[in-house]
Amino acid sequence: MTRQQILDLYFLDARHKLIEIAAFLDRVERAEGKDDFRLKSFRAALAKLDDKKKNRAKEVLMIFSDLTTKPIGKATGKGAVGAWQKIK
Amino acid sequence: MRYIEPHAHMVSRTTDDYERMALAGCEAVCEPAFWAGFDRSSPAGFFDYFSQLTEHEPKRAAKFGLKHFCWLCINSKEAEDVKLAEEVIALIPKFLKRPNVLGIGEIGLNKNSRNELRVLEMQVELAAKFNQLILVHTPHLEDKLKGTKLILDVLKNDKRIQPGRVIIDHVEEHTVEMVLNCGMWAGMTLYPETKCTPARAIDILETYGSENIWMNSACDWGVSDPLAVPKTALEMKKRGHLASAVEKIIFQNPKKFLRQSKNFKLGI
Ligand SMILES: [Zn+2]
Repeated sequence: MTRQQILDLYFLDARHKLIEIAAFLDRVERAEGKDDFRLKSFRAALAKLDDKKKNRAKEVLMIFSDLTTKPIGKATGKGAVGAWQKIK
Repeated sequence: MRYIEPHAHMVSRTTDDYERMALAGCEAVCEPAFWAGFDRSSPAGFFDYFSQLTEHEPKRAAKFGLKHFCWLCINSKEAEDVKLAEEVIALIPKFLKRPNVLGIGEIGLNKNSRNELRVLEMQVELAAKFNQLILVHTPHLEDKLKGTKLILDVLKNDKRIQPGRVIIDHVEEHTVEMVLNCGMWAGMTLYPETKCTPARAIDILETYGSENIWMNSACDWGVSDPLAVPKTALEMKKRGHLASAVEKIIFQNPKKFLRQSKNFKLGI
């Protein structure tokens, strides 16, 4: 497909998602309290969008990932939250 | 358009879903053993589940003209309790004789713990001993990258395991390449919020090619779409992919992998 065709197919959808992200950040910042590790990762991932590299999706996924290599001692829960937090 | 749904948890779905899948062109559905959304209280709970997968569910699917196959294991979300896992694994060999069983799955990791890893190794041993295909669940979200690497290490270190007989499921942009580079198959799961969207799954196909890769809905008891595969096929057409290329991904590729099990017969 040409760039024009890709834009025709996905531009409105991507625009919609971008505005949702903008509104999400406004909403979070209007709310009282502190940031947490998820928002820190989110902001770091946003910076990747402006990158000139061609693998932004992979780069964003890497930002949210646990980059350690050893298994953890014990699984205390079952869920994942979407961003990795170093356990102190 | 005909397709194979290579990963769906039909015990959690309604007969309406079976009917809609059949109407969309589904010819066979493959159901890995997984977590029920709650922990089973004993090995007997797994015995009943394996009976459901091998006796009851194929009959329910047949009412809609669909072939039903399954994979057996203890899933990684219930693998922290090694003693329970040992007892469940001991139940599996006699079920492997059932005619709709394709192999051991979906084994893998959830939180990447030592016990999960130990149970994974026990089930790789089971697959090797009984010469079974393997279907692997990779962890969610932040745990996926590390878990995928740990799983690949276990599989690569066991020389009895042939990479072409292993499918690593739920790959995304940061894990697909390492899976394909090992000679294993990669599964892309189409989920509304986590995992892949149709657009991203097609991006992955366009980037990494269409060899040794399939798509599935992994529909279960949570937010998921049993028609995710045919919907993505439609999007492939919108993206200019030829009908033959679509058929390769949604029908020929899963058939090629699954036919390595003598039990996988479409009857066509
Ligand atoms: Zn599954």
